[in-house]
Amino acid sequence: MDDQKHLEHEQNKPEDAERSTENPEEMKQSEENSTEMKIAEKKEIEPKKPEVPKKKLEKGPTKKRASIGKGSILVEPIKRRSFFSWLTLAWVAFTAATGTFFGMMLRFMFPNVLFEPKQTFKAGYPDDYTIGEVTTSLKEKYGVWIIRDTEHIYALSVVCTHLGCTPNWLQNERKFKCPCHGSGFRKSGINFEGPAPRPLERYKIVLADDGQILIDKTKKFAYEKGQWSDSESYLVV
Amino acid sequence: MSKSEKKKKESILLRLGNSQVWKSIIRSGVPRDRRGRMLSVLNSVFLHLHPVRMPKHAVKLKYTWCMGGLSFYIFLVLTITGILLMFYYRPTIEYAYTDMIDLREQVPLGIMREIHRWGAHLMVITVWLHMFRVFMTGSYKSPREFNWVVGVMLLTLTLLLSFTGYLLPWDQLAIWAITVGTNMARATPFLGHEGPGAALLSIGDINLVHAGSDVRFALLGGRFVGEAALLRFYVLHCIGLPFIIVIFMAVHFWRIRKDGGISTPL
Ligand code: HEM
Ligand code: FES
Repeated sequence: MDDQKHLEHEQNKPEDAERSTENPEEMKQSEENSTEMKIAEKKEIEPKKPEVPKKKLEKGPTKKRASIGKGSILVEPIKRRSFFSWLTLAWVAFTAATGTFFGMMLRFMFPNVLFEPKQTFKAGYPDDYTIGEVTTSLKEKYGVWIIRDTEHIYALSVVCTHLGCTPNWLQNERKFKCPCHGSGFRKSGINFEGPAPRPLERYKIVLADDGQILIDKTKKFAYEKGQWSDSESYLVV
Repeated sequence: MSKSEKKKKESILLRLGNSQVWKSIIRSGVPRDRRGRMLSVLNSVFLHLHPVRMPKHAVKLKYTWCMGGLSFYIFLVLTITGILLMFYYRPTIEYAYTDMIDLREQVPLGIMREIHRWGAHLMVITVWLHMFRVFMTGSYKSPREFNWVVGVMLLTLTLLLSFTGYLLPWDQLAIWAITVGTNMARATPFLGHEGPGAALLSIGDINLVHAGSDVRFALLGGRFVGEAALLRFYVLHCIGLPFIIVIFMAVHFWRIRKDGGISTPL
């Protein structure tokens, strides 16, 4: 790497000389030695800066000498104004603003309005459903099967409990069969073949005031947790 | 070729190499000695990515299998073919699948799509093999342990690129693969609504992490793989992830040089 620096420096030399022509006063100096030019540039800028703090110092308390042992050191008394600097404040504000923006980025990814079918919906009257049959007409839009047996109506989730594909109701074999890895479920939703570890879930199902069936997909009932005995997991007819 | 002809040809090349046009582009004339050759490498943005000198074993196929280099080459091919595909593909439920078929059957040189797809599979393979080679040669050891970590990020990003791209054809395979794949995100600790610790994040009865607020939801832009998921995966696949992987690659290559070049055989 040292090689590289050395070579680049040599390459740049003529450029340095060229650049200095912009400043006619220093042209002579820099032609002799480019480092001298850099010092000269600094000298020109530096005197301007300290002017501001000097004025402030005159107003503030004067420096005191504190002695420790034999020697002594200069102690700058803390001034109220310099307790925090504006630069610190600026950095804190910048960091806070950036942090807030990261939060905003995160929130931005969670939409307020979804272009999805509603989670809670009405599914007609109990008499619309035939005893002993699986109704698949709501599967496409709402993701439920409605099943009526002799006493109950229940709403079964169409999400396979293996890895989340959508099984199909096979009318002839009277079972739900998942095309992804072959899990099979009985009409009740209980799994009996394939890799699915647990039965399909059921959704909350109640009667609305107008006598229609109301299904709420935000509330789920899992068989293995004993939740199928919950009165909201089925409708008595 | 007679001697005089050879000399004449050389002088033409020399004159070309020392012409103002050449020099203003390449920044140095025809290198005459070792120093000149080093200069021309250091002064070119493309050539300087390689060291001016390297040990003999580093260029041996037997040692590196060139798997890292091949991964990078395939990445470049995927970038170019990917940009070409973007001219025809529309990421909507209505068009995605048919545009993909159109790219295959009707667009001139339908092989572009095939190159992109096969290249994607190939890159996953070469990256794994590259990691395997780095492991077998013990090149993850100090001072290269950080570059190993960068490498793990590169592997993850490669797999994510592959995963997000897989949804875009919008066929049955794509939809269900992504359904199954993103269902794993449900089980992310604290961030997925079925993961460990998710139940802890609640106020009273209200769960803060549920199907409408967890990582899977953020990834899909919905509760299932639908229109929003297709668009999100498209943006991630075409812009988000390539942007991040390029940054990591830059660090990766830089560190190879700074860690002393390719490791020495054990
Ligand atoms: C996008 C994927 C990647 C690209 C494009 C890439 C590229 C490269 C290239 C071009 C090299 C030079 C040597 C060679 O070709 O073998 C290299 C070296 C290295 N890579 Fe990667 N890499 C990737 C992923 C990884 C992964 C997954 C790991 C490990 C977790 C890794 C760890 C390393 C290490 C430690 C070295 C130094 C090896 C040595 O000094 O012998 N890289 N990489
Ligand atoms: S997802 Fe249904 S069997 Fe695997």
